[in-house]
Amino acid sequence: MSSVKDWAAPNPITENRGGLIGKGVDRYEGRLKVTGSAPYAYEVEAPSRPAIGYMATASIAKGRITRIDTSAAEASPGVLLVWSHLNAPAQAPRGTRANPRSQRPSNPALASDRIENFGQTVAFVVADTFENARAAANLIEIEYAAEQGVVDFVASFDQADQPPGEEDVHIGDFPAAFAAAPVTVDETYESPVQNHVQMEPCATTAWWDGDKVTVHTSIQMVKGGQHALAETLAIPSDHVHLLTRYIGGGFGGKGQAYDDLILSALAARALGQPVKLAYTRQQMFHGTIHRPAVSMRVRLGAQPDGRLTAFAVEAITHCARNAIFTEHAANFSRNLYAAPNRLTGHRLVKMDLPGAGPMRAPGEAPGMLSLECAMDELAEKLGLDPIELRIRNEPDVDPETGKPFSVRQLVQCMRDGAARFGWERRNPKPGQVRDGRWLVGMGMAAAIRGNFLLPAKAGVRIDADGTITLRQGMTDIGTGTYTILAQITAETMGVPMEQVKVEMGDSNFPPAPGSGGQFGAATAGSAAYEAGMNLRKALTELAVGDPNSPLYGGPAEYVTFENGNIAIENRSETLAALVARAAPEGVYVEGSISPAADARDYSQHTYGAHFAEVGVDTVTGEVRMRKMFGVFAAGRILNAKTARSQITGGMIWGVGTALTESNVVDARYGSFINQDMAGYLVPAHADIVDLDAIFLDEADDKANPMGIKGVGELGICGAGAAVANAIYNATGVRLRDYPMTPEKVLEGMLAVGL
Amino acid sequence: MRPFTYERAPDALSAVKAVAENPGAKFLAGGTNLLDLMKLDIERPTHLVDVGRLPFAGVEEVNGGLRIGGAMVNSKLAAHPRVRELYPVLVRALVSGASGQLRNKATTAGNLLQRTRCAYFYDTTKPCNKRQPGSGCSALEGVHGAHDAIFGASKACIATHPSDMAVALTALGASVETLTPTGASRTLAVQDLHRLPGDTPQVETDLAPGELITAVLVPPPPEGGQVYRKVRGRASYAHGIASVAVAGGRVAFGAVAHKPWRAAHTEDALSSGASPAEAAEAELSKADRNDHNALKITLVGRLAAAAIEESKTRRVA
Repeated sequence: MSSVKDWAAPNPITENRGGLIGKGVDRYEGRLKVTGSAPYAYEVEAPSRPAIGYMATASIAKGRITRIDTSAAEASPGVLLVWSHLNAPAQAPRGTRANPRSQRPSNPALASDRIENFGQTVAFVVADTFENARAAANLIEIEYAAEQGVVDFVASFDQADQPPGEEDVHIGDFPAAFAAAPVTVDETYESPVQNHVQMEPCATTAWWDGDKVTVHTSIQMVKGGQHALAETLAIPSDHVHLLTRYIGGGFGGKGQAYDDLILSALAARALGQPVKLAYTRQQMFHGTIHRPAVSMRVRLGAQPDGRLTAFAVEAITHCARNAIFTEHAANFSRNLYAAPNRLTGHRLVKMDLPGAGPMRAPGEAPGMLSLECAMDELAEKLGLDPIELRIRNEPDVDPETGKPFSVRQLVQCMRDGAARFGWERRNPKPGQVRDGRWLVGMGMAAAIRGNFLLPAKAGVRIDADGTITLRQGMTDIGTGTYTILAQITAETMGVPMEQVKVEMGDSNFPPAPGSGGQFGAATAGSAAYEAGMNLRKALTELAVGDPNSPLYGGPAEYVTFENGNIAIENRSETLAALVARAAPEGVYVEGSISPAADARDYSQHTYGAHFAEVGVDTVTGEVRMRKMFGVFAAGRILNAKTARSQITGGMIWGVGTALTESNVVDARYGSFINQDMAGYLVPAHADIVDLDAIFLDEADDKANPMGIKGVGELGICGAGAAVANAIYNATGVRLRDYPMTPEKVLEGMLAVGL
Repeated sequence: MRPFTYERAPDALSAVKAVAENPGAKFLAGGTNLLDLMKLDIERPTHLVDVGRLPFAGVEEVNGGLRIGGAMVNSKLAAHPRVRELYPVLVRALVSGASGQLRNKATTAGNLLQRTRCAYFYDTTKPCNKRQPGSGCSALEGVHGAHDAIFGASKACIATHPSDMAVALTALGASVETLTPTGASRTLAVQDLHRLPGDTPQVETDLAPGELITAVLVPPPPEGGQVYRKVRGRASYAHGIASVAVAGGRVAFGAVAHKPWRAAHTEDALSSGASPAEAAEAELSKADRNDHNALKITLVGRLAAAAIEESKTRRVA
C-alpha cells in the first residue's frame, strides 16, 4: 500500500509543464451537448426501434393492492405488454446479493402487492409509442387497502432512534461546560425535504442479444447499476453491459438503480425488442430518493472572549422504513471549530415516505444551515464580528480526533472573502440599511466538506496515429469529468488536448466508483494519472529498446514527454512515430489508485467562506439576492472553468435551500404536494445576480498524487446559512426554519413591528 | 394523454361551430396550459380545434383605447409600443407571468382562460372538484395556504385564478369580445368573465360552450398612475402568492380568488379620500378570514397600500 509520502515527489501534473492543469479548458463534450448530439440514455440508437414503457404509480402511502384490473389497458391501442405484481417476471427478492462482490443488491420492481410509499411503481405498460403507453397506463384500475403510515416527521420525533451501529460522540463534559458558560446559544433549526430535480429524469434504453443485456441508463455509479440489474435478474454481472455516457445531472439522486433500469431490461427480454423507459417529472419526486428533512439543535457555550467551551450539534432526521439512510447532518461539525467539551450525534425516524438518500453534500448541506447560523447568533451576543468569532475558535489540530490537518485555509478563505466582498460595509446592527423599499443585509458562513479518495482503475492506449484514449468506467454527471480526465491524460503524456480521447460510462471499462461525495475528480483523475504514468513507462521501454528509435539505448530515467514527443535531451521523436513503428497495434496499459495507508493520519477537508448580500422587501417579505461571493480552498484546481461552474452551482443551490426549495408533505396522503418545477422552486436566472467565486492557491500533497481535492459539494455547504444570516442582518428577523419564504419572513417582520 | 382528433379551423365561425357541436372538443391556441394538462390526464378533450392561426393577433386603436387580438402572444403584446405607452400596468403584469418561453407561445385569450395552479388540481391522485366534480376539495384542509383564495371561495374550491394579465385588465376596466356559436358577437367585462366557484368550480367562466374570445378591448387609460406588484417565492417564473394592479382610481387583486378580484371597496374608499392603507383595508375587511389565511390577508393589504401609494408617483406619459 502506498503512503502519502510517495505523493510528495514532483510529477507531470504538479510540474504542469504543458500548462493544461488549472486551465479553463472548454468542456470536452460541450459541443455535442449544445448541439443536441450527445445521446442521453433515452436517446441512444438501439439496434431496432424501441418500444416505450410507462409506469403507473401508487396513490397511497402504505397498504396493499386489493384489486388491479389491467384489461382496459391491455386492449388499448398499441399496447404490447402490461405488468403488475400479479404477472411481472420473477426477480430476486429485494436485498439479494448472490454474488458477495456485488456493489448493489437486487432491487425488484412490481415484487408484491405491498405499497411502501406513495408513488411506488404498481404497474407497467409497454406500447409502440409513449402516448399509447401513457394512455393505457391511465386505464388501469387499482383498489387499495390503505394503512396508516408514519408520514409526519415533526409529529414523529418520539419514534426517533439512534441510527443502526452509531453512537453519539462525547468529548469532555458538555453538560457541565454548557451550564457553566457565561454566554450561550440554544436553538433548533429546521430544514425540509428537498428534491434533486435533475434536468434529465432517470431513464433507460435496454436490449438483449441472446442471454446478455445492454442497458444505456442515467446513473452515477456504473458498477452499482450493473450489479443491481444482474442481481435483480439473477444473471451473472458480465451478462449486463451497462453504459451511461451522458448524464443530465445526478446530485446524488442517481447513485442507485431504479425501476426504469429493471423494468426496461425485463420488458426488452419478454418482448424480444429494445424497450426504453423514463420517469416523468412528477414520478421523479416520489419514485426516486430525496434529501430528508432535518431538525437540528445547536447548543454553544462561550467565554466572553468568544472561545467556545461547550459545543453540541444534534440532528433528527428520517428515512424510509425499509431503506435505512442517515443524513449525517452533525458530522461536519466534528472537524470545524475548537471546543473542549463536545457532543454530536444523530437520531433517525423510520417513515413511510419514499426513500431518503444522498443529495449534493449529504450531511453538510442541511447540517451547516444550523451551526453556521448559531455562530452568527453567538457572535451577536458576544458583540464580535462573525469572522472574528470563527477565527478565535480556529483549531490547531482536528478538534475531535486531534489529528493534524493536511492543509486548512479556512481563515484565509474568510479573510480574503471579506476583503473582496466588502464585508467592512456590513453594519453589525441589524435592520439599519435601506435601499428604497428594501432592507439590505449581509451575512457570511464557513464551508467545510470532507475529501475522499477511493480505489479506482483506468486504462489508456495509444494508437499508431498517436491518439491517446483514456477508458474508465467513470461517469460525468455534468460536472466536467470528461474534460479534466482529458487534461490529466494530456498533461501526463505531454501531448496537446486534441490528441486525447476520453471514453467512459461503460461497465466493460476499468472500474471507477463513479460520481458522488465530491470524490470523482480525485479518484478517477488519480487513476487516469497512474495509467498515464504506466503508459510513459511502457513507451520509454519501447523507445530505448528499439534500435530504430533516436532514444535507443538511452537512460530511461532521462526520458521526457513534451509537445507530443518522447525525448532524451536533444534526441526525440513523436509518440505517433514511435508507436507506428515499434507497436503498430498500439499500446494499452492500466493504472490504479487506492487510498494511502497513512491518509487517515490527517484530517483532510475542503474549506470555504460564503458571503451574501440580500434585499428584503419591507412590504412583502420577499428576499432577493443582491450579491454573493465565495472563496474556497480545495487543493490544486484542475480546470478553472468547470471548477467555478461547480462551486457557483453549489452556491446557487444554497440560495434555493435558503429561500425556496421544499417538498411539503401532506400528511393526509403521505405525499409531497409539489411535484413539478412550477411548484418545487429552484432559483431561476432572475434570482441570481452578481455571484462569483474564487479558489485559493493550494495543493494538498496528502490527498493524492496530484494534490487535488473535490469541489462538487463544497459550494453548497454553508451557502444557505450565509443567506439566512444576511436576512437577519437586513431585518433583525431571525428565522430558523428553511426555506425562508415571503410568508415566513413577513410573519417575522410583523412580529418585530416591521 | 388520451387519444384525440385535431383540426385547424379555417375561420373563426367554423371553429366556434366545431367546438359547440362536439361536447368533447376544446379550442387550442398556444397550448401552454391545455397540452400540459392533457399530458397529466387532467384535461381529456376528444377533439382539438386549433385557433392559434386565426387572424386575431394584432393590436388596433379603437376610440382612444386598444383592441387586442385574442391570438396575440403575451410577449408581443408586452412589447407593443402603444401598449407600453398607454398601459404600463398591463406590460408589468404580462412580463410577471410565466417564463419568456411560455410568453412567446401563450395567447391573450388563452391567458385569460388558463386554469388554476392549485397543487391539488395538478395531482390526479387527490380529490378535486374541478377535476372530478363531487370528489371534494383536498386543498381545503391542505398544506398550501399561501395560494388559497381569500375572497369568494366555497367549500367546494379554494383555488385561485393564476393570471397576472387578467388582474391588470380588470383594473383597466377591459372587456372581452367573443364569437358565439350563432355567429353573433358579444362583449363582457373581464371582471365578469370568470365565475366564483360556488358548488360548480369546474365551470370557470360565463362563456357558452364553443364561445371564442376573439379580442380584448381596453378602454383609454384612466387618469393617474399605473402599478403592478406581484409577490412570489422567486424572482421569475413563479405563480403569485398575491398581486395588485392599480390603474388610476381602479384597483384589482390577483391570486386571491377564483377570478381576478376587483377591489371595489378599495376604489370607493380612495374616491372618498381614504389613505392607501385605509383603502386597502376597506376591501380586505371583507375577506373570508379563517385559521390559515390571516397572513395572506395582511400581505395583500400591505401590498395594495404600497401599490396605491406608488401609483401616486407614477403618471402615464
